[in-house]
This record gives sequence, structure tokens and C-alpha cells, in this order.
Amino acid sequence: MNSFHVKILVYLKEGVLDTQGKAVAKSLIDSGYSNLMNVRVGKYIQLWINAISSEDALKEAEKMCDDLLVNQLIEQYEIEIES
Amino acid sequence: MHYSEAGLTELEYQALVKELGREPNDTEMLIMGVMWSEHCSYKSTKKILSGFPTKGRYVLMGPGENAGIVDIGDGLGLAFKVESHNHPSAVAPYQGAATGVGGIIRDILALGARPIASMDGLFFGKPGSSKTRNLSTGIVKGIGGYGNAVGVPTVGGKTFYHESYNDNPLVNAFCIGLVNVDGIVSSKTAEPGQIAVLVGSKTGRDGIAGAAFASVELAEDTKASRPNIQIGDPFVEKLLIEACLELKEKGLIVSMQDMGAAGITSSSSEIAAKSGVGMIMHFDMVPLREEGMTPWEIALSESQERMLLVILPEKLEEVSAIVRKWDLDCAVIGEVVHGSEYIIMDGENTVAHLDASTIGEGCPDPGWKMKEPSDLHDRWDFELEDLPLSTDLGKDLIELLATPSLGDKSWIFEQYDHMVQINTSIGPGNQDVSVLRIKGTSKMAALSMEADPCKCYLDPYRGGAETVARSIRSLAVCGARPLGMTNCLNFPSPEVPEQYWVLDQVVRGMAECCRKLDCPVVSGNVSLYNETSSGRILPTPVVGIVGLIETEDHLLPSGKWEEGDHLFYVGAPNPVLSGSEYQRLRTGTVKGRPLDFNSSAEMDFLERALKTASAGLARSGRVIKGGGLCVALAKECIANGSGIRMKVNIPTRKDVFLFGEGGPRAIYAVPSNRVVLFRKMWEGFPFMMLAKVEGDSLHIEDTLDIPVEYLEKAWRNN
Amino acid sequence: MKTSVIIFPGSNCDRDVIHAVQEITGEPVAPVWHKEDTLCPDTDLVILPGGFSYGDYLRCGAMASTSPIMKAVRDHASSGRLLLGICNGFQVLTESRLLPGSLLSNKTLTFICKRCYIKVERTDTPFTSLYNEGQVVQFPIAHHEGLYFLPPGELRELEDNGQVVFRYCSPDGEVSPDFNPNGALNNIAGVKNRKGNILGLMPHPERASESVLGGTDGALMWRSIIKWLEKEGA
Repeated sequence: MNSFHVKILVYLKEGVLDTQGKAVAKSLIDSGYSNLMNVRVGKYIQLWINAISSEDALKEAEKMCDDLLVNQLIEQYEIEIES
Repeated sequence: MHYSEAGLTELEYQALVKELGREPNDTEMLIMGVMWSEHCSYKSTKKILSGFPTKGRYVLMGPGENAGIVDIGDGLGLAFKVESHNHPSAVAPYQGAATGVGGIIRDILALGARPIASMDGLFFGKPGSSKTRNLSTGIVKGIGGYGNAVGVPTVGGKTFYHESYNDNPLVNAFCIGLVNVDGIVSSKTAEPGQIAVLVGSKTGRDGIAGAAFASVELAEDTKASRPNIQIGDPFVEKLLIEACLELKEKGLIVSMQDMGAAGITSSSSEIAAKSGVGMIMHFDMVPLREEGMTPWEIALSESQERMLLVILPEKLEEVSAIVRKWDLDCAVIGEVVHGSEYIIMDGENTVAHLDASTIGEGCPDPGWKMKEPSDLHDRWDFELEDLPLSTDLGKDLIELLATPSLGDKSWIFEQYDHMVQINTSIGPGNQDVSVLRIKGTSKMAALSMEADPCKCYLDPYRGGAETVARSIRSLAVCGARPLGMTNCLNFPSPEVPEQYWVLDQVVRGMAECCRKLDCPVVSGNVSLYNETSSGRILPTPVVGIVGLIETEDHLLPSGKWEEGDHLFYVGAPNPVLSGSEYQRLRTGTVKGRPLDFNSSAEMDFLERALKTASAGLARSGRVIKGGGLCVALAKECIANGSGIRMKVNIPTRKDVFLFGEGGPRAIYAVPSNRVVLFRKMWEGFPFMMLAKVEGDSLHIEDTLDIPVEYLEKAWRNN
Repeated sequence: MKTSVIIFPGSNCDRDVIHAVQEITGEPVAPVWHKEDTLCPDTDLVILPGGFSYGDYLRCGAMASTSPIMKAVRDHASSGRLLLGICNGFQVLTESRLLPGSLLSNKTLTFICKRCYIKVERTDTPFTSLYNEGQVVQFPIAHHEGLYFLPPGELRELEDNGQVVFRYCSPDGEVSPDFNPNGALNNIAGVKNRKGNILGLMPHPERASESVLGGTDGALMWRSIIKWLEKEGA
């Protein structure tokens, strides 16, 4: 058994209203960052999983995403594993 | 370690050595440094606070327990208290305010009461400055973020702006809970053979020595001296509330204490001292969140959402099962023994050995001196001639309504869930009291929170009395008999003799009013050292008074007049501009002397107002307070969406009558078929008919005529 | 009529709902802990109440939707019996995919608590049969995440199927952005499933069921349910 560090970026799908992103963008632009075009705000989730192989750990993590961590209707994710 | 590093003065160190009969070790010194800090020990104010009346026919529990309790009949009691969280909110507004809300909720829970409502006294600096905006936004978000999630409605409060709070915002959190009289949990009932159980979150390094932090003036560079800020988790607090109430329902709790300032040590030593027993604590049994915590860190940690329960050892399994059902930690961390010693063990080692009552009570009086401020009489130097009559009183009214202190607060309270628990009959908004129905009875509890720092600055004694009187008047007008009071005294450093004198005078004024109007103090809190090098706050006593309305029929609301009603003014027609919001608007400052406390007039007003409400003699009633009569009229017009036509011989200079403050005064809208009875009720008390309710503007003959929609626009646009 | 009210860790409005339903209908209402496997026997109506289940952490209602009791709740719903989700309960229903859509953060990015005017669009549901079609009622809202969202195609389908039961509106019933407190698409305040036995809404009918609290429009919902059950011979 090894410990695997899985890093997941969860963010809203295109076309889903990102009210937080809009508010952050406005705040930055108001502070003087006139070159700022857009902001989208997401989540960074880290998992530490005990597994025999990195493939197994990754499969576990993806299943967790499907079960709970990601709402597929409005979110998508990127996943990366570190051994 | 030198005693000063632990926060002890030489006087305190000597007293400690004398009590122990030896030198304290480092752990003991650090513990006593916090326990004898101002925030924990009330050393500077104990003597002054003893001037408050604390007994009354409705009082079930007075000061000295986690909160006060008043009897409302039907076997029920209301537990309530207000507490400050000023210094943490200045440094971390969201978390400071959030943990303030959490802390006071646990004080109510510790009595076995279900928290049913919160209120907040907020005092912010100069409106419009980015610092004030950041602080106020963060603080309001923190109160909402915590209160909403924990399921306790925030139903009212008091918000006030003044430059003196620029760097010292005040956050006073009030909470009230409902309890069966025969189910009240005390902290005085622990007995030898019982065990102490820690329930709730794990213990970390949050806010270590935060209590001491609250007793020190904020240094210039607060970032550098910032201690670990307490982080609140309202989700865990909600679980804690349900777990503790379930344990109480099943009769499994002997004694309970919340872990607030100085966490484990203060809660356990308090139970021991109040119950007259000793306690042996086992710190190696405390569930920890961080590695390598030393005993004094464990002793003083202010990790949130933890309660200390004293239970019978044979009930441990049952208690554990219930606590674990709610996914909380449950650990036996101490045992109650004979004697009065308070011993901390870490495994086999004895780490501290103190006397329980020394910890809580043994702090010597620092002996601050008092001196009347030399400029006090200068503050009173104000003649009406110094302020020429304004040429446009209508414009003045519009500006007054738009000031943040008097203006609409919906930007604040729409962020608070003020309806959860479905008890809120009158919530926050354009009224002076909040009213909760009590399920299972016909009764209603009315809550009022008040402060008047400007008048306390001008004349501490009169200002203190006026603060209490103002709150009682609001309750009287809505038909609620006051049962008891809680208060938070927010002041600058007591080490300055003039400031200590002011504190003493304010309390004397408050106490006089409490005594005369039969409203005892059942709980309270003190926050001192509210100052920085750039300035100190105005003397700011904040009061929270709870009143009882026997049935919904006796409730007299505001904002309910109808066309054709007769609008009456009750009260002496000679208020003053000194210390008023109007004076602040016109001159940028306050000067002069507020009205003296007139106990017979106040008592008379109280009884007549209560009877006016219970006999249904008026349709709508509103007390006159900040901004005077004109603002009360404007607010009533806004609430009703309609106006009045007023034509009276104004007995004083116009602005004095319209905007002056002080003394028991109110406006009542009386339906024509009740006018005769109303007049009879107020016979012998100064009153006059002002106007008929008609039209859609606030029309005062030869003075001003403003459409109600303009009033509303100004009031909402602050 | 027998009602089971599910309590998740962090639910706040369970006691409110129990009180309101009992007050208005006089029928038995029982709390059910989220870790149970079964509902109370012969449950006609399951209510998922408002609050902050799991502190609203991760996403509102996400963790509650994976609670052990949800299997029994799904079985109850698939057998055609009544399921009502209020506020956080609505969020649990969307996370569970028992209702379409998702509730995003309010467009103001603040929590909003106030009374709103709501238009009742469908009165042919078990929950709204006693309202008049197009009736404007007042229910309070109290939420931070009430912005109802569906991608455009699915939103069109929802509307075409007539699944929208409540919409935010003006006092006169006008559905416009001015009277939309949280930015919900098409002013949607509550939706049902195709079958009509599952309803989710963000406003709180249990807070508008007694006059002492300022309004009784919510009481009709409990009465509608009881009437429907009587008709169906439950």
C-alpha cells in the first residue's frame, strides 16, 4: 500500500452563471486592473488515498468525484495524481 | 519566566504568592495571567457593578451564572445575556463577529435553554470611510454567516456610527433562550464523585491568551501582535446545541459550562468554585487538533464549539452514545473531588496546583483612581442661542433620515435569517422592539436593545439613566412589562482616572433607573480598553431589556395607523437639543446637558403606556427617541405609507420641539371611537393632539411639507 | 395523513415544519434521523426541511443527498407518494437528481431574508390544489443559494412540460427581473417532477402558516396535501 496525493480542480462549466467570478472581476477592475477581461472562481480539492497502484488511487478519486465532489450538471473537473 | 510576561502586575503576583504559599510555576503563572486579566476577572469593575439592583419578582437567576433568567409563568423562563467581542472584530471582522455570536449562544445553552433569538449592538466609525465599510461589511457577514447556519434568528439590534469607533468597532452579541423552570442547569451543582466531560470540537491553538488580548489596547501594528484568531464553525455549534439539549431532556447533565475565554481552565474552575468542590483535570485526555500542545496551551485554548459537562460516572455510556450520534467528540477530562483545589495533571505529572476560588475570585482590586474630567462643565456649555434656528427644517429632516445611524438598516438585517424557529412576530425593520411568540402559551416576549453614547459623553450619570429609560419606554409603548435587563459596558481604559470616574457615573445612572423602574440586572459583561493611540470610544453602555406581553391582543405595534385616526403626542413638550442626533447633524458635535432622569414621570409613563396597549386604546404607537418627534413622525409615515396634517402651537422653539430628545415621550394613532378613553387614560400627564392621519405627506403647518415617498427615499438611501 | 420529516445534521427548519403541519392539519408528523434505513410506517408525505445540512459545505445539499435515509426517500417517491423539499430540502432534491436543476449563489452574493410575492402557476398538483391558478401569495425566503439554474435546452424542456409551480413576481403577479430577489432563471421559485408527486421550492411555506407570524398563505399548502390524500384514499 502506498499513499497517493490526488489534486482536483473543480470549476463551473461554460455557460453556467459564475456570480462570484463576476463580482471578483468587478472588484479588481474597480481597483485599477483595467486590462482584466474575465474571472472564473473554482475549487481546489486535495485527497490523500491509500492504494496499491496509482491507477487504483485515480479510479477511487474519480469515483469520489462522481459520487459527491463534483456536480456534473454545473461543474467539470481536472484531476492529477502524485505518488 | 517573569510575572509580567504572563500578564500579571506586581500586586497580582504578590497576591498569588500569598494565596499559594509559594512561588507559582510557569504554567500556573500563564494560567493566572489570563484568569486575572480584565476580561476574565472583572477586576476593575466588580465593585462598581455591585451597585446594580439584581433582585426582582421575576428574577429566577441573577448575575453570577452563565446568563440571567426571568420567570414568564406557565413554567417557563427566558435566559438572556449580552457579551462583547470588540477587539477580535477589529482585527478579523468576520470571524470576530461570528465567534461572538457563537460564544453568547453557548452561554444560553449552558443553562439548558434553547437559544431562540439573537440581537447585535454594532458601533462603527465614520460612515463612508473605506475602513468603516470593510469592518461593517465583514462584521455583518460574520453575524449572518454564523447565526443563519446555527439556526438562531437575528431579530433586532442597534447600529450606531461615530468617529470615536473608527479603530475600535464594537460588537455586542445578545442571545435569549427558552427554558423550563424545572429544567434549568446550574453551574453550582457539581458534587464529588462526578466526572467532567468535554463535548464538541477538538482543542487547538485558537485564540491562545485571547482573553488577555482583549484587555490590552490594540497596538499600532496589530498585524504583528495578532494572536491566533478564533475560527467559528456554526455547523458544529448546531450539533452541539442539539446534543446538549437532548442530554438535558434525558436528565443526564448535572452541571454545564460553556468554554469561552480561557476555555477549559475557566469553565472547569468556575464550576468548582461555584459548587464549592475541587477538580482534578487530566489534560492528556483532551482530544487535540494540533501536535505538541503544552499544558498551558491546552488550559487556555479558545477553540470554539466546546462545552464542559459534569455528569454521574454511571451515565457516561449513555452520554457518549448521544454525543457521538451527533458526530461530536466526547472525552472524560476531569473528576470532581472534595475540597477546593484545582489540579491539572498531564499523565502522571502534576502541572498546576491552585485553589479553585483563587482562580475566579482571588484577583486583587487594582485600585484605579477616579477623577471628574476637568472639561466636564465645558461640555455643558451650550445655550440655544449658540445654534440659530435652521431656515429649512424640512431639509434638516431629510438629511437626518439619511444618516446611517437613523436610516434604514435593511442592508444589514436582510442578510440575517430573522424568521427561523417561526417565533418572530415583529422582526427587524422600521420598529423599536422585536417580538417573539412563545409557542404553547398565549404570551409574547418583547426585546429592546439601546445605547446613547453621545449623552453618556456629555453627562455620564444622566446618559446612563437615559439609556435604560429609553429601552424601557420602547417596551412600554408596545405593551410589554419589563422583566429584567442585561448590559454590556464598553469603555476605554480604566487606568485613566477621568475615564474610570465616567464608568462609575454611568453605572450609577443606569442603576438608579433600574431601581426606580423595577428592572433588575440579571446578567452583563464589561469590555474595557477600547482605545488606540489615535483615540478612545465614547462611553458606550449597551442595554438589552426583555419584557412580557400577556397575550397578542395586548401588543401595540408601530406602523398601523389608518386615515382619520387622531395622532396624539404624550410627554412633556420640553426636550433638549443637547446630545441629540439633530445637534450632531447641525454642528458636527454634541454639547450641553441632557435632561435629568425624572423617575416619577418615567414610572407614570410606563404604567399608562402599558394600559394604553392592553386596553387597545390606540391602533399604532411609537416611542420618541433618536431624532426626536419629527423623525418618529417620519418613520411612522414611512411605515404606514401615508401622512398627517399637523397644526399645533409649538410651545418651544420649533427645532427643540421637533428634534429635541430626552424624557418619556411617544406618539399614538388613536381611532376616533377611542379618543375619549385615550384622553382619560393620559389625564394628568402632559399630552396634546397633534394631527389627523390624512394625506400623503408629512405636513407641519408653516414648517414643512414633505411627501411620504420623499421621506422614504431619503431614509432608504443612506 | 402521516408525515415524515427528515433531519440531517445541520437542518434548522425541521421543528418549524413539524409545528406548522401539526398546527394546520392536526395530523401526526414524525422526525426521522438521516442515518435511519426506513421512514415511519405508512408515510404519505416526506418533507426535506430547510437549514444548513452539513453546514452547506462543498455544495448545499450535496452531502445530505448521500445520507443513508435517502434510499428510503427515493423508494417512497418512485412509488408515487409525496415528497416535498423546502429551501435546503429543495437543494437536496436537485443534488439527488430527484428534481432537475441546481441552486447557485444569489446574484447579490449575499444571504437574503425577506417576504416575497410568489405566483402559483400550477394548481393541479397535490401540493397546490387549493390555490387559485395565477394566485399571488406571500412566502418568506431565507437563503444564500437560491438562483435556480438549468442549461438552456433543459430549461426550455422544463417550461414546456409545465414543471414550474412557483415564480417570483410583483404584488400584481407580474413576472419581471425587478421582482426576482436572487436572479433565478425565469424567476423560478419552485418546480415539480414530471409525475407531479415531488415538489421543491426555495420559499418557506411553514413560515407563512400562522397569522401571528404575518401571513397564512402557506397554510393552504398543508390543506391542499391533506385534501389530495383524502381524495386518493390514502
